Amino acid sequence: MDFTSFLIQLLNSVQYGFLLFLVASGLTLVFGIMGIINLAHGAFYMFGAYIVWWLFGFTESLTLSILLGVPLIMLLGLAIERLAIAHLYQRDHLYQVLLTFGMILVLNECQKIFWGTDFYSVPVPEVLSGSIPLTENQVYPVYRVFISIVCMLIAAGMYLLIQKTRLGMTIRAGASNREMVQALGVNINWVFAVVFSLGAGLAGFAGMIGAPVSSVYPGMGDQILIISFVVVVIGGIGSIKGAFIGAMLIGLADTFGKVLVPDFASMAVYATMAVILLWRPQGLFGQSAH
Amino acid sequence: MFRTSLTTNLILIGLLVVLAALPPFLGIYYGNLVTRLMILGIFAMSLDLLIGFTGLVSFGHAAFFGLSGYILGILMMDTETASIYWVLPACLGVTALASLVIGWFSVRTSGIYFIMITLAFAQMLFYFFNENTALGGSDGMFIFAKPTLAIGSWNPIDLEDHHTFYYVVLVSLILSYLGLRRLLNAPFGQVIQGIRTNEDRTRALGFATRRYKLVSFIIAGTLAGFAGFLEAMHTSIISPAHLGWHESGNVMMTVILGGIGTLHGPVLGAFAFGFLHDWLQDVTQHPTLYMGIFVIAVVLFLPRGIAGLPADIARWLRRKPPGDGGSPP
Repeated sequence: MDFTSFLIQLLNSVQYGFLLFLVASGLTLVFGIMGIINLAHGAFYMFGAYIVWWLFGFTESLTLSILLGVPLIMLLGLAIERLAIAHLYQRDHLYQVLLTFGMILVLNECQKIFWGTDFYSVPVPEVLSGSIPLTENQVYPVYRVFISIVCMLIAAGMYLLIQKTRLGMTIRAGASNREMVQALGVNINWVFAVVFSLGAGLAGFAGMIGAPVSSVYPGMGDQILIISFVVVVIGGIGSIKGAFIGAMLIGLADTFGKVLVPDFASMAVYATMAVILLWRPQGLFGQSAH
Repeated sequence: MFRTSLTTNLILIGLLVVLAALPPFLGIYYGNLVTRLMILGIFAMSLDLLIGFTGLVSFGHAAFFGLSGYILGILMMDTETASIYWVLPACLGVTALASLVIGWFSVRTSGIYFIMITLAFAQMLFYFFNENTALGGSDGMFIFAKPTLAIGSWNPIDLEDHHTFYYVVLVSLILSYLGLRRLLNAPFGQVIQGIRTNEDRTRALGFATRRYKLVSFIIAGTLAGFAGFLEAMHTSIISPAHLGWHESGNVMMTVILGGIGTLHGPVLGAFAFGFLHDWLQDVTQHPTLYMGIFVIAVVLFLPRGIAGLPADIARWLRRKPPGDGGSPP
């Protein structure tokens, strides 16, 4: 592998890692703060991609579709949290796994009923459809660079939100001691609803912005969900920093796995996880197991 | 001690008699369905040993179910006949080894980490078979012949016969149930139930809890492998879907629906789940949608499962508020 192809693969890894981070950060936030395992998280990613494809049919603009789509996904997340998840806070993880598993069945089937089982594609916006020449015959698409930059901005925004704002302070406090926060007069249910809806929005946004590079197809949510779980486990459950490092590691393992050991690329990801867990069973930045 | 009441025992024996008397009335389709549901019952019981009695929520249990089927498929790939006396031990041996390796990593963790790690390992096996073109890739492989029980020219039990196979599975189900029951009342079973109730105290009593959890994981994995062996023989096909996480989720659902920590409950759950699915396929175009709604409803309204239903009804009749049911009884 010469240097240019190495660079292309590296850029691909980073771009994939950023998308994974958006999905995994929602998953890890929801677990860290609410103590809920949400298997339906991948469905938000899938719905994001489908909604943006569907809206694109009317608006003809990716930006406008995303701007309209994100609130829709957040609303869906809010509805699911209020109607079902809210009943599970005091229950065993087993029941959370099952309820959200049932929800996947329902959401996947709804997707088939609304949009069918065909593969769709969303065109890359005109402005970003160019390529950056690397050598005389190798180029890199601008849109992929754009994804990385947008995701980086969102990651920075999340950092500011969680570290520097009052809401972020409440969220962090809720993650470390739920009862204490309630005793201090914060309506924790409201915080939970906001966090869940925010997580859904992040996953949905990842599906939307990623739609032009990975086509829109049934089952795309399941795939990203399992990988996001691996990311979260590697990084340590509840840790945003861990989710970021984990997402980048998995991005690298997956992209380079596909190039170096094409037959067992998907296994490379899980092998990475096994090695890291052998070294640190609670993940890279994890607290002691719950 | 693991005991069941006299009434429960009588009902179970009654159901067994019904199962034993059914084959002549079932026809081919329902005969195959009931055979499959008995196999899934064994599979669900093996998961109940982990979830209900050891307190380990494994979300990758289908890995062992499917792995065993694949080993059978691989061993039968180039032969017309093979003797079950070495094929079965080979399948169970590989499954036990896989449970040892996966369990060794997994029991180091607990709670949510355990759930996610078992899931990730199962997905690893899933992708291994899914991407292995020599084994049929995502289509899986056919198993053209069943291993035989023949010794020389003497064949006491012909597995190719539907009725005979039905009874072989029924006997396997009964033996698995009795074996697990015996195990739970043995000192080993007492320790793992102690771990479920309070791991720290059990460790304080001087038991190496991690080792007990690992052994329980291996036993459950191997029994799941036995169910997978029967399933692969029964359907003559094995595909990556058998190890996928949808299968793991379904079997977990079966255990909850039947009633965790009851042993016979998961078998009832397998039947309820199976017949419901079969019926939904007839009456609607979207069985998965209603299955999902059903799963959600069971979690929200029936946390103690079918086996806990009589107690729930009795409590409701006495008009006491139901317990949260969040933890097994």
